[in-house]
Amino acid sequence: MTPLPVSIGGVVASLVLLTIVFELIRSRRLRERYALLWLVTGVVMLVLSAWRDALDTFAGWAGVTGYPPAVLFAVGLFFIIVVLLHYSTVISKLADENAILAQRLALLEAELRERAGRGR
Amino acid sequence: MLRSRRARTPQPLSEPLAVAATASLAERLARTRRVAIVPARNEAACVGDVVREIRAFDPGMEVVVVDDGSRDGTAAAAEAAGARVVRLPFNLGIGGAVQTGFRYALERGFELAVRLDGDGQHDPAQLPALVRPVLEGEADIAIGSRFVGESDYRPPLVRWLGIRLFAGLVSLLVRQRVTDTTSGFQALNRRAMALFAHDYPHDYPEVEATVMLFKHRLRLVEVPASMRERAAGASSITFWASGYYMSKVLLALFVGLFRRNVTRLEEDS
Repeated sequence: MTPLPVSIGGVVASLVLLTIVFELIRSRRLRERYALLWLVTGVVMLVLSAWRDALDTFAGWAGVTGYPPAVLFAVGLFFIIVVLLHYSTVISKLADENAILAQRLALLEAELRERAGRGR
Repeated sequence: MLRSRRARTPQPLSEPLAVAATASLAERLARTRRVAIVPARNEAACVGDVVREIRAFDPGMEVVVVDDGSRDGTAAAAEAAGARVVRLPFNLGIGGAVQTGFRYALERGFELAVRLDGDGQHDPAQLPALVRPVLEGEADIAIGSRFVGESDYRPPLVRWLGIRLFAGLVSLLVRQRVTDTTSGFQALNRRAMALFAHDYPHDYPEVEATVMLFKHRLRLVEVPASMRERAAGASSITFWASGYYMSKVLLALFVGLFRRNVTRLEEDS
């Protein structure tokens, strides 16, 4: 059985995470699109922390016999990796778009300078 | 010495090139709208000479210098020498800079683009041999190779090994002998420009670009070319960078094997 303090700590930590994410969305510092993964992470961690029987059952399935909260760590780690990978794709996309914008800007500037030179 | 890929259905030439099929190379070149793309980053000391050399060689060739976020007077030096200058707002790397040039050439309707590096290592006097296969419709892109024909180019051992490795790998992948996968001395027709304007690798682009050409069924030939010592500045490939270079290109080649989506070229002229 999961020790009670661990469950309480897990619940508090999940609630803090959910609150922070909610606040970031509310104040428009985080787009919903990028907040979804964090919200899912928070909710899953919250459920697994609060619903102690479920955590024990999952631990049993996973063959974790000694210390059920290890499953909490595993699940948390999994979500963090997913979020980070997601961000890597977002950064790659931004970098691509950034390069295209820089190229367009440079080409437009060159054309503009040319026209200004001709108009004189 | 040209090595053309195995025969395939002949492509119709774009009109000005086809009409001129009997004219001499010089006449044909004179009738072709042509541009020289010169990527340059912090090359204020050389880029002016490069531009002047190209213009002396062929006054009818527009020269566009793509200034890749230089912090010295590269743009001013190029402009003073008579080049059009496209200034990138920040450093994009050689791939992004060259692609800017291809976009420029494509949008402005140029039929032939040549690429020479801004450090002066490519000699405009060798342009006739380079543009000939493209002008005559034998190839979509011609690449100056230091290893075709007689060559006195002897790179340091490690670099030689790297060049051999990539040349061997790429030759296997594209089923055609390719000897120099790092050469930035190239001539392109509109098909090749369109492909690269649409999609071009970012860092150390030439190896991947060669494989892309093959996947899009563009014809590549290598022509012998010698390259000069760098007039100034240092090679962009330092010791540590070469580790990244090898890994990045190998990864790109490996992933490229599993990439199916082929860029559709709208401009199939």
